[in-house]
Amino acid sequence: MLRTIGNRLLLLIPTLIGLSILLFLWVRALPGGPAVALLGEKATPEAVERINELYGFNRPLIEQYFTWIGRLLVGDFGTSIETSRAVLDEFLRRFPATIELSLAALLIAVGIGIPLGYLAARHHGRISDHGAVVFSLVGITIPVFFLAFMLKYVFAVQLGWLPSDGRQDPRIDATHPTGFYVLDGILTGEFDAAWDAILHLILPAIALGTIPLAIIVRITRASVLEVQHSDYVRTGRAKGISTGTLRSRFILRNAMLPVITTVGLQTGLLLAGAILTERVFAFPGIGSFMARAIEQRDFPVLQGFIIFIAITYALINLFVDVSYSFIDPRVRVS
Amino acid sequence: MLPTARRRWLTGAAVAVIGALALTACASERGTDDDTDASAEVDGTFVFAASNDPANLDPSFAQDGETFRISRQIFEGLIGTAPGTADPAPLLAESWESAPDGMSHTFELKQDVTFHDGTPFNADAVCYNFDRWYNWTGLAASEATSYYYGKLFRGYVETPDAAVYKSCTADGDASVTIELNQPFAGFIPALSLPAFAMQSPTALEEYDADGIGGTAEAPTLSEYGQAHPTGTGPYKFDEWSPGEQVTLSAYDGYWGDPGQIDKIIFRVIDDPTARRQALESGAIDGYDLVGPADTGALEDAGYTMVSRPPFTILYLAFNQAVPALQDPLVREALSYAIDKDALISQVLPEGTEKATQFIPDVVNGWNPNVTTYDYDPAKATELLAEAGYDEANPLTLDFNYPVNVSRPYMPDPEQIFTVLSAQLAEVGVVANPVTNAWNPDYLDRITGSADHGIHLLGWTGDYNDTDNFVGVFFGGQSSEWGFDYPELFQALQEARGVASLEDQTALYEDINEMVATFIPGVPLAHPAPTLAFSPRVQSYPASPVTDEVFTGIVLTE
Repeated sequence: MLRTIGNRLLLLIPTLIGLSILLFLWVRALPGGPAVALLGEKATPEAVERINELYGFNRPLIEQYFTWIGRLLVGDFGTSIETSRAVLDEFLRRFPATIELSLAALLIAVGIGIPLGYLAARHHGRISDHGAVVFSLVGITIPVFFLAFMLKYVFAVQLGWLPSDGRQDPRIDATHPTGFYVLDGILTGEFDAAWDAILHLILPAIALGTIPLAIIVRITRASVLEVQHSDYVRTGRAKGISTGTLRSRFILRNAMLPVITTVGLQTGLLLAGAILTERVFAFPGIGSFMARAIEQRDFPVLQGFIIFIAITYALINLFVDVSYSFIDPRVRVS
Repeated sequence: MLPTARRRWLTGAAVAVIGALALTACASERGTDDDTDASAEVDGTFVFAASNDPANLDPSFAQDGETFRISRQIFEGLIGTAPGTADPAPLLAESWESAPDGMSHTFELKQDVTFHDGTPFNADAVCYNFDRWYNWTGLAASEATSYYYGKLFRGYVETPDAAVYKSCTADGDASVTIELNQPFAGFIPALSLPAFAMQSPTALEEYDADGIGGTAEAPTLSEYGQAHPTGTGPYKFDEWSPGEQVTLSAYDGYWGDPGQIDKIIFRVIDDPTARRQALESGAIDGYDLVGPADTGALEDAGYTMVSRPPFTILYLAFNQAVPALQDPLVREALSYAIDKDALISQVLPEGTEKATQFIPDVVNGWNPNVTTYDYDPAKATELLAEAGYDEANPLTLDFNYPVNVSRPYMPDPEQIFTVLSAQLAEVGVVANPVTNAWNPDYLDRITGSADHGIHLLGWTGDYNDTDNFVGVFFGGQSSEWGFDYPELFQALQEARGVASLEDQTALYEDINEMVATFIPGVPLAHPAPTLAFSPRVQSYPASPVTDEVFTGIVLTE
């Protein structure tokens, strides 16, 4: 087990090297170049030349690449051109927001998706089944930014039930020791701040959670359908095992494997930064910051954040693989 | 039915969600109750949406509007501006006297003023600041960092031959003399720029304000610039959560009128629609650069709309690398074909002024008697015929404009193009639309190559200096305008170096006339950016150079 985990972690290295090369070249190949992006309409040829000189954008590509890699290995992920702060700092500052939002979205997706998928499978062919399928189709097809905008427009602007943007009401003077606002409010005893943070999470989490929700419904439904007709379930029923045990230990537990893979993949996608949702809700996570970095050609940020996201994604999937052996003893990760 | 455990869990979740939604209603009501409780008093917390984080809290190393918006609250310079104008007015300097040759300026300073950390403001503090800027070396002395000092004062301690600044001498606490190496007619107005605000010598030293290291890829912020900006202004810095907000609170020891606001929160919301929605949902009290499509709707809904007096220019430029545009008759004809009033009333924001020249009227050297080409389509057709164009042989031009962008001087390029090309079509000119994404394609094409015809562009002034407008456009040969006019370039060069403001004003008036008769393009309008505020804001001190201190905001609740 440990050796497998070790092997998987080692495999991460060639993956990241390949990724870094692709990333480096792709970012440099974007049209325009950072100098013009930085200067806007004040970009005279002389000013562009000076910026290129200053930031080293006119050095040979190979030199730029190895300089970058050399710095990465000592933990220097560069400095954001726009904010002048270390890329690592910017990531760590914003990642808790994205984690909170992703967890909230996942809670909705899993908390509603699995029961709904199970129900659909149990009532296969009936109205509730068709309803669940249609609902999941709608969830996948509505563009996230449109849904986010409509939720905000209806519930925040028109009805005023929920806040329209950000993580916390600026008028609340809250302390944030960990950066996870809900947790911070609870830890510091500022329960109104924790509650306010939860309110700010609701709309973006719904917007973000609809796609994973839809996918989880479909996968759960398909998986339960397959399992509930399998031999061992029929045997168990024939042997007189109670319905409750049948459902939880025989059907659900076995049906969960594909669902867990899906949840793992979805988590990775969520953590990769919900760019559109964060933009609409002005949510200060890594997604909105990535969006700005793309617009501003902030190369160090693009390079650094993509590497971090790749590492996060790989680690989550490793965790998912490892968790199989706890859920299903037949699966040995070796 | 579902297994028992799962059913219980689901029921619990359902109850929690319903309870949450119910409590939401209570929570939001409690919020509004607090605000309207003491209706005699005003809620002194003011939330303003910024379009992005400030680049730096130290304005001497910044160039962006959001940094300056914040620094205007924290810092003050020797010179300020008269409300609503770009004209210099006393601020930390109560009066000043300039020598006739412009080489020395003596300032009498305001008394009993302190910085936020208690350091007294006096002549020594003034000299500390001036010497600090002059003595910058390395990364601090480059265009990427001390942009305004470099542009206006030209040189630093390592390049004394180019430097405008010579020395600063304190005469007691209340009087200080600045000596220059070369005359600088715009010296006094330049001191109203946020980059030249007075900062606390104690704080500058304690927090190593000049310690901007970093690599070639990006300079890093000093400790001072990240968390300790210290000025003499009405608000002191509290906190900066990057990506979220900057918080300021009233400085108790402020020398002037504290106004009604005692806490300012600059909330970062980078999407313009999100800013509008934040205003509509009550999350913020105001925001800047309202989108052209939103102004009408917000006004109808009862929000307080404020037009900032324009400090911008929107123009239609003629690229004289195109042979047809080299003919002065053609350029004159195109000028007569444009109906600026129609353009303004149809697609430009309320408060926009018609342009007669390439600078707004608040800038020095604005010529009230400049030659104009008032809308006259008949004359345009006549001139075009004279130049050899008619129905059988129409004048055909590429008309370049950008897409996916909104600038303060050009809120909706697509609409502007539509109106102008229709006006040109009226006189028989065929305009081929050529579009590019704003950054970098459009800018690259227009300013970096000769591959364009007539195009839309503009400028927002940095400071009240004519050279900052016409000097930038017509100071030398350029790919954008495609002409060579040595007398004009020479005149601009000369005007830049003149000692007194009066002489300079006269020279610039002549230059504006020269430009008007040469017709490198058509100066269309000075669009007025709009700010939107919650109905509780009765008035806001809008300034063309964005010198807007929040002590001037009047609230009704």
